[in-house]
Amino acid sequence: MKAGRYGVYGGQYVPETLMSALIELEETYGRVSLDPEFSRRLGWYLHEYAGRETPLTYCENLSRDLGCRVYLKREDLLHGGAHKLNNTLGQALMAKFMGKRRLIAETGAGQHGVATAIAGAALGLPVEVYMGEVDTRRQALNVFRMELLGARVIPVASGTRTLKDAINAAMRDWVANSRDTHYLLGSCVGPHPFPWIVRDFQSVIGEEARRQVLEREGRLPDTVVACVGGGSNAIGIFYPFVNDDVALVGVEAGGEGLDTAHHGASLSGGSVGVFQGALSYLLQDGDGQALETHSIAAGLDHPSVGPEHAMLKDSGRVRYEAVTDAEALHAFRYLSRTEGIIPALESAHAVAYALRAAGDLGEDGILVINLSGRGDKDVAEVANLPGGAA
Amino acid sequence: MSRIDGLFARKNPVFIGFTVAGDPGIETSFRVAKTMIDAGVDLLEIAIPYSDPVADGPVIERAHARALRAGTTPDDVFALVRQVREHAPDLPVVLFTYYNIVYRRGLDRFFAETAAAGADGVLIVDLPVEESGEVAPSALRHGIDRIALIAPTTSPERQHAILREASGFVYLISLEGVTGERDRLPLHVAGLVGAVREKTDLPLAVGFGVSRPEHVGAVAAVGANGVIVGSALVRIVEEHLGDEAGMHEALRTAIKAMRCGIVPDPGPDIPRRERVEG
Ligand SMILES: Cc1ncc(COP(=O)(O)O)c(C=O)c1O
Repeated sequence: MKAGRYGVYGGQYVPETLMSALIELEETYGRVSLDPEFSRRLGWYLHEYAGRETPLTYCENLSRDLGCRVYLKREDLLHGGAHKLNNTLGQALMAKFMGKRRLIAETGAGQHGVATAIAGAALGLPVEVYMGEVDTRRQALNVFRMELLGARVIPVASGTRTLKDAINAAMRDWVANSRDTHYLLGSCVGPHPFPWIVRDFQSVIGEEARRQVLEREGRLPDTVVACVGGGSNAIGIFYPFVNDDVALVGVEAGGEGLDTAHHGASLSGGSVGVFQGALSYLLQDGDGQALETHSIAAGLDHPSVGPEHAMLKDSGRVRYEAVTDAEALHAFRYLSRTEGIIPALESAHAVAYALRAAGDLGEDGILVINLSGRGDKDVAEVANLPGGAA
Repeated sequence: MSRIDGLFARKNPVFIGFTVAGDPGIETSFRVAKTMIDAGVDLLEIAIPYSDPVADGPVIERAHARALRAGTTPDDVFALVRQVREHAPDLPVVLFTYYNIVYRRGLDRFFAETAAAGADGVLIVDLPVEESGEVAPSALRHGIDRIALIAPTTSPERQHAILREASGFVYLISLEGVTGERDRLPLHVAGLVGAVREKTDLPLAVGFGVSRPEHVGAVAAVGANGVIVGSALVRIVEEHLGDEAGMHEALRTAIKAMRCGIVPDPGPDIPRRERVEG
């Protein structure tokens, strides 16, 4: 397999001006990933600052309801409230090692923007975050958090005004400023080496979960479930299990249903194409134009997915399913009541799939759900929906 | 000799105009192209509208959006090229596209249709030389030049790799950034032209940010064989959306003024390289 390729997927489909920045990034990452000083400093930030390791919580009530042994990997308890900080601390530290003086990022739900703002504040790097105008409205709390953390939020009014256009805007900024700016991409998408770097920094989730479940149960789980937007929390928990006899299920945004035009399920409902720097699955029309997507979860509202997931889909190693907005909303309320844990709407997709499928495992079955983030950011939006907290 | 080679052999420097097919509408778009040609554009670059034009600044990005809203498809773009070809049989035409349009259609089909429509070259803005392995033979088979891009950030080693595959002319990106008008051109343009000139006999055209008559003059003065003007012309279309007569008039005026920035070189005998025909 060629460097930067996952099977046929991945690659570097970017404007020429960016190639030198990608080459520099690849070299730097190759170097720091072997540098004990880098590992020591990142380890310190993850442990002392961000609160790793996160618990693997056995959920008694959920287990009773689902009829199997259910664990939640608690990335909601990571500082900032989502798995995103694993990646932003790693990349921000790397940016320091490269001598970059400014961080830019895109954000959908706002969680990656918040995590970048946190890492920038902690490491003394100014942060500017591109965010689609639609998302600045539906995730207003996170806009305020980013500003409070000293970041500048730049609303993006072009295209669909959501995550995809925020990525376009950040890429344009990087094309102009790559010499002194690091583009801190928030998921395992985009051109090589981003999918590789993000997967490495997020793999801490799966490494911990694998060890924790072995300690607790003396064996590996039967199934690991995670939601898939760009795919970073999912690849993070899946990767250390890829060579094990463990079923892996990625859950995409089914929106109003895969039979409608309103969803974000690029693996379940898309086709192969080049988008934002990589060859992967994509929601596109017959001419190759990206389609508008929809999800109740802003972080899953995106027409494409990381190239490694495309490979894992084709090989059959990971099964990809979709759950609808309504199922996710039900799971959001259900987990809040049943376990006292309010999940992010993104993570609620993984919970919703578990609610649908756990019956198949039997009472000795072990199910691990990656709870990628907490739902505080979504509370205001859900309160405005019919049914509110009900 | 191809139309592109012929043009650069008889004229130096040449004036290259850029337009987004289907902006602001499919039919108006041909009239815009016609005005540009009649006003003295030597080579026309026609962009295929795309949903996510990441190499483009706001002006051209909005043009892509207008063209897509008007329903423009790649089929319409090929039809536009055929119309242009009929209107100006000798004018070199280069299609400017993002790679997914090509990939989705299938490489061979894309280049076959490009050739059948009468275009001479294709420039794929997000396909660096590292990824172009499958595209090169397809373009060659259909006799289409693949216009290569070199940026100020391109290392000398990569310049060599890019130039090995290039044909037609080489597009030098004048600045680190996306397309769009700038008040001033960066000082390093002369250095870039000089550095690439040492490595190739292909004509060199400079674009990105070139938007005023004095820029055109400055680019010509540092020894480039062509200047490319995009956003400044696209902006004129945008500013005259409700007034098509005014649009054509303003385009004519702007192109004439910019052409005046070029002082023609009396001896248009730039070194030529043997062309490999497919
Ligand atoms: C809590 C949470 N989970 C999941 C996602 C989706 O991203 P990914 O698929 O990269 O994990 C997001 C994105 O914003 C998020 O905030």
